[in-house]
Amino acid sequence: MALDQAFVGRTYPPTQPYEVGREKIREFAVAVGDENPVYTDPEAAKAFGHQDVIAPPTFVFAITFAAAGQVVQDPQLGLDYSRVVHGDQKFAYVRPVRAGDRLTVTSTIEAVKSLAGNDIIDIRGEVHDESGEHVVTAWTKLVSRAPEEA
Amino acid sequence: MTAQIHYADVEVGTELPAASFPVTRATLVRYAGASGDFNPIHWNEKFAKEVGLPDVIAHGMFTMAEAIRVVTDWVGDPGAVVEYGVRFTKPVVVPNDDQGALIEVTAKVAQKLDDNRVRVDLTAMSAGQKVLGMSRAVVRLA
Repeated sequence: MALDQAFVGRTYPPTQPYEVGREKIREFAVAVGDENPVYTDPEAAKAFGHQDVIAPPTFVFAITFAAAGQVVQDPQLGLDYSRVVHGDQKFAYVRPVRAGDRLTVTSTIEAVKSLAGNDIIDIRGEVHDESGEHVVTAWTKLVSRAPEEA
Repeated sequence: MTAQIHYADVEVGTELPAASFPVTRATLVRYAGASGDFNPIHWNEKFAKEVGLPDVIAHGMFTMAEAIRVVTDWVGDPGAVVEYGVRFTKPVVVPNDDQGALIEVTAKVAQKLDDNRVRVDLTAMSAGQKVLGMSRAVVRLA
């Protein structure tokens, strides 16, 4: 079932703020095995000019993907979420995410396509901090695979 | 932002130190918890096979997180990364043994841009297959 082109350009309301914690950043850095002290040691982060520990570049995906959930699970859109795989991911950073940030995400549907029975949706997530400063933009391409022939 | 590599010291074709990142089932469980992505294809073999996968696969975002380490380890300050994008072309299949899988990452400077920025092209392989396509980062050097 092809998705409705009318959804292209639709923007969803900003999410509730997500507060980035030092320990959550540490947990993420440990999970990806990254021992760069800028993720765990505020002094090391300050030596690079950061106000506090920063998050690894892909950390923010957890927040933007949760925000994209309100898009992909929009019943009006009708995407079969059980068949969704992650196609592409891109980030453009204004500055790194850091401990203490309270981040909101505004998601917009950039494109909707159907290709060989697969539904493809491009979602842009604009991430802002509490002061309204733009922090990072995340682009996520999701592919809902065509059901196999019965 | 204080990158430790100087723009003047690199040229198109400069290779970054390559690295290999092991991934086992335990790694995936830890990443699931840290990232909040509990999709069972990343920990439940029965479920993964039912949806047509050869076995449990690594989170694409885990692979993406490992690949950029070649850049962040090189430049020192991860805050120097300006852009980073990938296409998920093949899954990293993670068998249930002590070895798991290996993600092998190489990278080179593909383009020198203005404002001390360079584009780095990354290649990530696992079990002889390219697992990321169009994997590119833009990083601001000193």
